[in-house]
Amino acid sequence: MITACAVDDLPIGESTRISGEVAIAVFNADGEFYAIDDTCSHQDASLSEGWLEGCLVECPLHAASFDLRTGVPTCLPAKKAVRTYPVVVRDGVIYVDTGSREAVA
Amino acid sequence: MKTVAVVGASLAGLRSVEELRRQGFDGRIVVIGEEPHAPYDRPPLSKAFLAGTLPAADLTLSDDDFDAEWRLGIRADRVDAETASVHLSTGETVRADGLVIATGGRPRTLPGTSNLAGVHTLRTLDDAVALRADLRPGARIVVVGAGWIGAEVASTCRSLGLEVTVVEAAPIPMERALGPTLGSLCADLHADHGVDLRLGVGVASFVDNGTRVTGVVLHDGTHLPADVVVAGIGVEPETGWLHGSGLALDNGVLCDTGCVTSIPSVVAVGDVARYRTPSGRHVRHEHWTNASEQATVAVRNLLAGTTIETYRPSGYVWSDQYGVRLQLAGETTGADEVAVIDGSPDDRRFVAEFRRAGRPVGLLAMNNAKLFGRMRRQLTPA
Repeated sequence: MITACAVDDLPIGESTRISGEVAIAVFNADGEFYAIDDTCSHQDASLSEGWLEGCLVECPLHAASFDLRTGVPTCLPAKKAVRTYPVVVRDGVIYVDTGSREAVA
Repeated sequence: MKTVAVVGASLAGLRSVEELRRQGFDGRIVVIGEEPHAPYDRPPLSKAFLAGTLPAADLTLSDDDFDAEWRLGIRADRVDAETASVHLSTGETVRADGLVIATGGRPRTLPGTSNLAGVHTLRTLDDAVALRADLRPGARIVVVGAGWIGAEVASTCRSLGLEVTVVEAAPIPMERALGPTLGSLCADLHADHGVDLRLGVGVASFVDNGTRVTGVVLHDGTHLPADVVVAGIGVEPETGWLHGSGLALDNGVLCDTGCVTSIPSVVAVGDVARYRTPSGRHVRHEHWTNASEQATVAVRNLLAGTTIETYRPSGYVWSDQYGVRLQLAGETTGADEVAVIDGSPDDRRFVAEFRRAGRPVGLLAMNNAKLFGRMRRQLTPA
């Protein structure tokens, strides 16, 4: 379990990047928190810098779009899913569970 | 419409096939591609692939064949546009009711170098493989042209520890696209990374040892020793096969505002398409995003049999060079004012806004993807 940030620091429509061995992007999509691999599965770009629309994040570099719930890309140029991670909110703090990486579709 | 032929199997062709299926076309699709490779991504050819950090297998654009017939390694020699019949280099003829022209472009070559080893252009995977094989330790590289391709090749060569000289005929690189101030910043990027940048001087001739290039002579008399020369001096639209087709050609395939040619069953997409803007100019773009975006509109109009949608380009372009990420959107040429609105060029992290008559028409960002992504959605179409 790693700490992302305080709930108050991630308003709706915002994202943050947790650096580490594998960087993780955490999003607040209309009040729901999601965590996925930060690096686009297509080429080197940070998805936390992408454009968030509903449950989709668009890669800031080539506009590949990923579903935050599944990590699955919805259009080219990405072909591979990014990993998703369970998010836990406790006492006003957002945590990401990296211990149980969910299966990639 | 029963059969659509797509000529050109790179991004624009692949995206057209994808859009045909996405928009409900369930007939026969025949794709004709001159290169033997399945559609692959070209941008990494000057960057990670050239550097050797991205394998060729990772360049593949799609794992889906969209239930199309992929005729690869075959050239379309000519076309009868009225009947959408495509004559192939194999002697076969593909009869179709609809035609998508997506043949892209061919890089301009340096005069007098056609038989010289060591002189390269960079467009295809095979080009990149050949160039990479020449980037041996200690090789001295001369890049002609300081545009996007030239800058990215120079950057990659420097990352490989090679000595690089960039020759650019204009006094400021990228000035037409970026203006003098930000063009000069591009020059600084070269200089910061140890590139010998020769501005405002053209190439006069080449020196060789009978088979291989050994040097470049500039108009000011300078002799630059060279083991490898890379030309990044632009692209010509690939329209030779369309002569006599009945289609209007002028620096590309002339199209209306929706990428439809003078024949409604023929559309053109990508680098080869010279479409009419709502203001009446004909323009052609040589960028990845344009090839992808145009396919959506062109296919919609092809399937409708008439132009029901106007193409509105996002003008999105990116370049990775010298460890910085450059991103452009909208129209940056012809701006009368450029203002840095976030960050600072000195810090290599900023967003600049290009304005015409006070109105924002374009953006350039360096290492500032998040803000750029927000701001580009607020640009009003020019």
